[in-house]
Amino acid sequence: MSALLQLEKTTIRFGGLTAVSELDLQIGKSELVGLIGPNGAGKTTAFNLITGVYQPTSGEINFDGQSTVGCKPYQITKRGIARTFQNIRLFPSLTVFDNVRAVFHLHLRGDVRHALWRGKGYHAEEKSVADRVLELLEIFQLGRFRDEPAKSLSYGDQRRLEIVRALAAQPKLLLLDEPAAGMNATEKVELTRLIRFIKDKFQISILLVEHDMKLVMEICERIAVLDYGVKIAEGKPDEVRANPKVIAAYLGD
Amino acid sequence: MNFRHAKTFLLGAIALGFLASLFADRINPYWLFIFYDIGISIVMAVSLNLINGYTGQFSLGHAGFMAVGAYSSAVITNQFGDLSFLAANGIFAVALLAGGLAAALAGLLVGIPSLRLRGDYLAIVTLGFGEIIRVILQNMDKVGGARGLSVMHGWTNLFWTFGLAAVTVYVVASLVNSTYGRGFIAVRDDEVAAEAMGINTTKYKVTAFVVGAFFAGIAGGLYAHSKQFITPGGFGFMQSIAFVVMVILGGMGNTIGVILAAILLTLLPEGLRMLSGIEHLPGLTAERPLGWIGDTRMIIYSLLLIVLMLTRPQGLFSLKKSSVQK
Amino acid sequence: MTEFFQQLINGLAFGSILALIAIGYTMVYGILRFINFAHGDVFMLGAFAGFYLAPKIATVFPLPSIAGAIAVLIVSMLICAALGVAIERLAYRPLRKRPKLTVLITAIGVSLFIEYAGQFFFGAAPKKFPDILPVLPITKIGGLSLNSNQLIVLAVTLILLVALRFIVMKTKIGTAMRAVSFNPEAAALMGVNTDVVISFTFALGSALAAAAGILWAVNYPSIDPLMGILPGLKAFVAAVLGGIGNLPGAALGGLIIGVTETLVSGYISSTYRDAIAFAVLILILLVRPSGLLGKKEIEKV
Ligand SMILES: Nc1ncnc2c1ncn2[C@@H]1O[C@H](COP(=O)(O)OP(=O)(O)OP(=O)(O)O)[C@@H](O)[C@H]1O
Ligand SMILES: [Mg+2]
Repeated sequence: MSALLQLEKTTIRFGGLTAVSELDLQIGKSELVGLIGPNGAGKTTAFNLITGVYQPTSGEINFDGQSTVGCKPYQITKRGIARTFQNIRLFPSLTVFDNVRAVFHLHLRGDVRHALWRGKGYHAEEKSVADRVLELLEIFQLGRFRDEPAKSLSYGDQRRLEIVRALAAQPKLLLLDEPAAGMNATEKVELTRLIRFIKDKFQISILLVEHDMKLVMEICERIAVLDYGVKIAEGKPDEVRANPKVIAAYLGD
Repeated sequence: MNFRHAKTFLLGAIALGFLASLFADRINPYWLFIFYDIGISIVMAVSLNLINGYTGQFSLGHAGFMAVGAYSSAVITNQFGDLSFLAANGIFAVALLAGGLAAALAGLLVGIPSLRLRGDYLAIVTLGFGEIIRVILQNMDKVGGARGLSVMHGWTNLFWTFGLAAVTVYVVASLVNSTYGRGFIAVRDDEVAAEAMGINTTKYKVTAFVVGAFFAGIAGGLYAHSKQFITPGGFGFMQSIAFVVMVILGGMGNTIGVILAAILLTLLPEGLRMLSGIEHLPGLTAERPLGWIGDTRMIIYSLLLIVLMLTRPQGLFSLKKSSVQK
Repeated sequence: MTEFFQQLINGLAFGSILALIAIGYTMVYGILRFINFAHGDVFMLGAFAGFYLAPKIATVFPLPSIAGAIAVLIVSMLICAALGVAIERLAYRPLRKRPKLTVLITAIGVSLFIEYAGQFFFGAAPKKFPDILPVLPITKIGGLSLNSNQLIVLAVTLILLVALRFIVMKTKIGTAMRAVSFNPEAAALMGVNTDVVISFTFALGSALAAAAGILWAVNYPSIDPLMGILPGLKAFVAAVLGGIGNLPGAALGGLIIGVTETLVSGYISSTYRDAIAFAVLILILLVRPSGLLGKKEIEKV
């Protein structure tokens, strides 16, 4: 069976620094995979490669059976990969509602002409978009903030809104970059539940970068470990936890 | 802003403009021309607001697009002699449209560098395009070069200015207030995130430039057929800056505010001019009328600009308290 | 061929004046990250300071003379340095934490204010700048006729650039300037007084602009309150061309624009003169979006 996402010897260099080196990684349908590693290991860079923010220096990336190399980020999103950012990147001046609505242009049938003509079809479509946005917001308990500007939300709510916004793209694969960063213990428990829920309800694959080991070990089916851009281990949470290379990488050289 | 009744607004405004134009000969011509100026400023500022305010690009060359529209439309209408009412307005409509399209083409050209450049770099390149357009016009003998071009027909009237101002407001507001159009603001807020959310930022930026330039071209056509004499120097970068100031004072990305700012800033110099003509005000002796205001008009204007920026940087008409902007 | 060298020298002289102005733009940008639109008008004020000073100075040093010219240059530089500091204090400092666009518009306001106040106080009509330099016999080298004023422009620019380099690289305040431009927060934490550094930067930039104003007026002795607009714009283009924030870049950009503009208007068409700076800029930015010597800013995602 072919994997949903497949990285083959994917490499990127920034000048002398090889941030990601010959990375092989596969993610199957509806799989929840963890990507961990010490600071600067290249996890975010791997995300940037998968989403087209950076182009690999060499190697292949396949999604749904087709290469994504050379594609622009927005094209890759259209094909079904959505992400969140390590340092939250919402649209700060848009309302919570509009942050999610902006993504729905992906699913519109009409285009600019619709928006300019403002006929029956347009209003019907806008109405259905609004309904679907609200539905999503309600699922994640953000409905009550719908008219607040995104920047006025609390940190935890902003993180959740970012996930909702990514889900609005109706991805097949969701990339989460340190979603638990800056959250307290109860929020983390809540997040764990949320990630499970997303996976079950939307039937999508998730690639999770996270420093909180407890969370990662608890929910991931499989974990890959990066160190200095190189994958040093991969396997079930228990195997990874026991791997001496991983322990060495985390404890320092 | 709820934009449900957009079309009603549009048709209403056009009808109003038409009615007003029927009574134009009862209006003092001095005021009539100020009304034209106001309508033209609204078209310019609202269209620039799409580029600078909503999409977050920084164009300093809007007057250049205006010049393209002014000259293109004037060259077309100058081919015709006296025409019947209907024919005149028909030709005028075609000429305005052609001016808009020519400017849109220029906008496409300027939009392309905006894909690679940001912030100050983009600002200076758009300024440069504006200046290049000016210099090219100065060197085109067929349109009078630096001496300028006489426009034979004064076809601009209240119907055209306010009808087209309404169309501009309608188009920009409709664009931005749709699901599709939230993309413009997303590009302004965070380009990387916008791209990651499936928004083709390139397309949005170029669209903003092309649409913005199109309306600037139309405004140029209105301007040419109101003043009936145009020179390349009249579309220099100071002119572009005047429109940028309207957008900023109106509160970037706030259409109503920008309209108000366009009205206010068009009236301000006229107001100061009138003030300077007053001679019999209590306390003013005949030896010291307010004539000095005439000479210091632009000094007052620039000081006002500085003071406004120091005291109300979020724009004159922004309701947002600055405390909200963390 | 001699014709070519003649044009080249004209271009270099014009370019060095642009370079002096461009450095002010680039220094302020390097530290505050905003375009000081009023900088071209400080250049104009420099020329007018010289214009009004010359008769006064002539009572001490008879003009035209080398000593007198130097005195005019220095006093006008000092006056403009003070003006630059005052502009920053009054108009820009209160906006330091505000969005750049707000500051930019304020700077445009300041620029308009100086221009119109200049028209009001100095009069709008062009004035003839007095002869402050003795006219030396035109030197002929191999068919080239070298105008003494042009040589002086080149020499003064060179001296000022060397002095600037010394200040920026070797003095304490220069080190502080570099620190602030590298990372303002860190510099402030390290005990650098950023307010002083910013004031000093404005003083330095404005003094150079004033020098450019005097040099300009010596070469093209008709001055008016709007004379700063075009050279200011071109110098700004030069700063962006070289990579804004980069001092050698500004000097290089100035020379490139000066030489290109002079050569093109000499050989191809002089009526397109004012468009050349921009055409060069657009072409170069399309290839190198951060200017010739500017560092590429990578946005971390
Ligand atoms: N655009 C870039 N230019 C140069 N170097 C970069 C760039 N992006 C990332 N790097 C470098 O690549 C390495 C990997 O960075 P990356 O952000 O992927 O690490 P990470 O695993 O996400 O770390 P963290 O856990 O701290 O988020 C780092 O050394 C970083 O400095
Ligand atoms: Mg990271």
